[in-house]
Amino acid sequence: MMPKKSYVQAVINGESREFLCEPRQTLLEVLREELGLTGAKEGCGDGNCGACVVIQDGRLVCSCLELAVESAGTEITTVEGVAGRQELHPLQQCFLEDAALQCGICTPGFLVSAKALLDKNPDPSEPEIRLWLANNLCRCTGYDKIVRAVEHAAERMRQEA
Amino acid sequence: MTTRMFGSAIRRREDPRLITGSALYTDDMTLPGMLHAAMLRSPYAHARIRSIDASAALEAEGVVAVYTSADAEGELNPVPCAWLLPNSGLVVADYPSLAKDTVRYVGDIVAVVVAETRYQAYDALDLIDVDYDPLPAVTSPEQAAQPDAPQLHENVPGNQAFHWTLTGGDVEAAFANADVVLHEHIVQQRLIPNAMETRATLAHYIQASGELTVWNTTQNPHILRFVSSAVTGVPEDRLRVIAPEVGGGFGSKIAAYPADFITMLCSKKLGRPVKWAETRSENYQATTHGRDHVQEVELAATKDGKITGLRAKVWSGMGAYLSLAAPGIPTILHGLMLSGVYDIPAIQEDVYGIHTNTTPVEAYRGAGRPEATFMLECLVDRLAKELGLDPAEVRRRNFIPAFDNGHPVVTGLTYDSGNYQGALDKLLDKAGYQDLRRQQAEARENGRYLGLGLATYVEICGLGPSQVAGAIGFQGGLWESAIVRFHPSGKVHVFIGASPHGQGEETTFAQIISSELGVSPDDVKVVHGDTDNTPMGWGTYGSRTTAVGGAALAVTARKIRDKAKIIAAHLLEAAVEDMDYEDGKFFVKGSPDQAKTIQEVALMANVAWNMPAGVEAGLEASTFYDPPNFVYPFGAHLAVVEVDPETGQVDLQRYVCVDDCGPQINPMIVEGQVHGGVVQGVGQALWEGAVYDEDGQLLTGAMLDYAIPRADRLPNIEVHSTVTPSPHHPLGVKGIGEAGTIASTVAVYNAVMDAVAPLGVQRIAMPFTPERVWRAIQDAKEA
Ligand code: FES
Ligand code: FES
Repeated sequence: MMPKKSYVQAVINGESREFLCEPRQTLLEVLREELGLTGAKEGCGDGNCGACVVIQDGRLVCSCLELAVESAGTEITTVEGVAGRQELHPLQQCFLEDAALQCGICTPGFLVSAKALLDKNPDPSEPEIRLWLANNLCRCTGYDKIVRAVEHAAERMRQEA
Repeated sequence: MTTRMFGSAIRRREDPRLITGSALYTDDMTLPGMLHAAMLRSPYAHARIRSIDASAALEAEGVVAVYTSADAEGELNPVPCAWLLPNSGLVVADYPSLAKDTVRYVGDIVAVVVAETRYQAYDALDLIDVDYDPLPAVTSPEQAAQPDAPQLHENVPGNQAFHWTLTGGDVEAAFANADVVLHEHIVQQRLIPNAMETRATLAHYIQASGELTVWNTTQNPHILRFVSSAVTGVPEDRLRVIAPEVGGGFGSKIAAYPADFITMLCSKKLGRPVKWAETRSENYQATTHGRDHVQEVELAATKDGKITGLRAKVWSGMGAYLSLAAPGIPTILHGLMLSGVYDIPAIQEDVYGIHTNTTPVEAYRGAGRPEATFMLECLVDRLAKELGLDPAEVRRRNFIPAFDNGHPVVTGLTYDSGNYQGALDKLLDKAGYQDLRRQQAEARENGRYLGLGLATYVEICGLGPSQVAGAIGFQGGLWESAIVRFHPSGKVHVFIGASPHGQGEETTFAQIISSELGVSPDDVKVVHGDTDNTPMGWGTYGSRTTAVGGAALAVTARKIRDKAKIIAAHLLEAAVEDMDYEDGKFFVKGSPDQAKTIQEVALMANVAWNMPAGVEAGLEASTFYDPPNFVYPFGAHLAVVEVDPETGQVDLQRYVCVDDCGPQINPMIVEGQVHGGVVQGVGQALWEGAVYDEDGQLLTGAMLDYAIPRADRLPNIEVHSTVTPSPHHPLGVKGIGEAGTIASTVAVYNAVMDAVAPLGVQRIAMPFTPERVWRAIQDAKEA
């Protein structure tokens, strides 16, 4: 028997979105499979890699650990929405300039995670950046260039502010 | 605009699509009517299958099919091993995609469920009833080689898949005459590659035409097509393999896997697209692992610190089956590199490839070379301690002197070019080595334990001449290919057979074209990863894409230039011999204003209104480049650690490296490769290790239990380089993808051993978890 689906409405990347989901479906699955937002990735499915992170009502959450039904009425930003109306967010711009990615699979998670950091703390120290980003795993870059890119983006955003 | 793009740190052309979340990886893809596959994997490391009852699963909602080995009979040939080492007694055991009557590791596939949704497929797995008869299991290669060990395969007595030997020089005499003989027992622990993208396959078989399209997370789509054709029987011309964006591989996406073939089979039987995407725990269980060596090594030296001989026995865990390239890793890529950066006159090695009830082992970043470098470099440090010499000095006494065109070593290889002392000197200078030694002495007086660890390395990469590939049993070629096509507007398509997945060749290859032909790199699109629209190539592993594929591209660009020059001469009514070329312009010698640009030539060649006699239309060329030798990048690394004797905590404080990969096409990309490589090797030294219990259960079965390096535990990596061109590569370049990993594990190991030496600690097994380090310190105190 088909499990009953729930109706959910949430604001995703600034747009009101509606979907039906099974109670057991994660937010990550719904984003990827129902809403066509495949930027967030499943790196582990158990909260250890940060590839799936989104910003929900101002908090950074692992979308693999949240049930989609729980997202009802929340506001969510995924990598597809970090730039807002700009062409690229300064973080994206700095990731480009500093070559802060290689295979790119972890990058959406890092961008979203770093945005959450800079939203809270516009002038983080290097250890603060490293500690914050320790929730995100990257197997390619060794993190140096990611840390540089976040520093540069913070600097640019402070100048622009 | 300058067109000399070679050597510029230009931005990566791959990145815009990757930073917006719009790039598509295999699991991001959905096709109309697509079904989902889930694999039922053995929970036992070793068992007989008495029976399988799938009737309940077949009844479940959404389930379309359940297949077991019986359904694959006559449809899937065994999973092949493609590195058949000669003179090694190699036996290839039967490796079915779906286990027949025996399972041999936790993760062996027993059945597949295909359903309308992924949830339905996974739910139905629980409904399949398999009756197992558990058998004793063995997980350590050393134990599996014992006479009373459980046996995995009937045709592989003693679990020994091969016994490979290497002898160069008079080893007996070297040891008989040695002033110093040192012995080490080293465990190169098993590692889980952890590409951040897990593996996935999407197969779409069209029954009407017999055509199969496969999207797969592979490092080598052309090999996957070749192998998949052999396994599934779909002819190569009907089989298209696409590697879309691939999220890292590090060796774990070289092999063609049972789950891939099973997914293809499902689509073939059902005539609908079928996707399988592994979970992370499945990735840990069933995607290939790396390393897993037990090494007994002896080094002979004079009292002046000159190394005179090396002797080793290695038990190399192969896992339950021989993965595609597995036999070549601990042998060709390991044993042949045992002379390292030194002139060692006598070397002997025995490598036993041993089956265990574990996940198959394959290449993992560095593949064989880190294990060789480790052996040598930890013994060189021991020798320094033994003789009271500085480790840098012992290395100096043994280095092969600088050479620029070939140096043979006793293992039979001829290195292309090297300046090992030059790299070490630069490292010592950049790191402030003498100062660090002073700081270390002071710290010791204050009860703090700093350690300095050096590693010097040379590696073999850019695999390699195909004739050699044949001679060493590699069941394929090792050339690479490139097609360069100029469009009428002067824009360029490059098609390559290799398949980068993070290494940045869409950028560096555009830079090669730019420097060779004077077009902007923005006007060059590099196409790779689709067997239907790229020329055959052998793939991206062994740091070979730029080393071999880049050479193919440079040669092709030069063919284009030669043809363009002929056309330009014709258009300018000059003799070809009177033409000069610079920066995308062809001109009559001495009169640079009488010129045609490459874009003008491209237009003329494409419309072909006025071609020189006998010259074909179009401006396109291709090359199949088979390198005359391997390339041998090298370098010197230094790790600085502090060990807290109270807690056993190791703090990696600095990491400085000098790498020489020849001229760098894009220094920013080179630096990124070094960063990533170094950190992966640091991971082995400090944190990583796959652990099985006695029954063959993988205890490190999730990311929570397997410690991958994270940003907060690492210093910035200080990257420097020297430049020694390869004499045989058309651009002089070598490879850089694996260098960091090859050097860094032993650099950190040496640093930690240096730190704890005053505490009397002789040896600690990796990874250096606080507990292990603390225990070693306690044991030394008690002793
Ligand atoms: S997929 Fe959510 S943390 Fe890894
Ligand atoms: S760029 Fe590949 S995992 Fe981060």
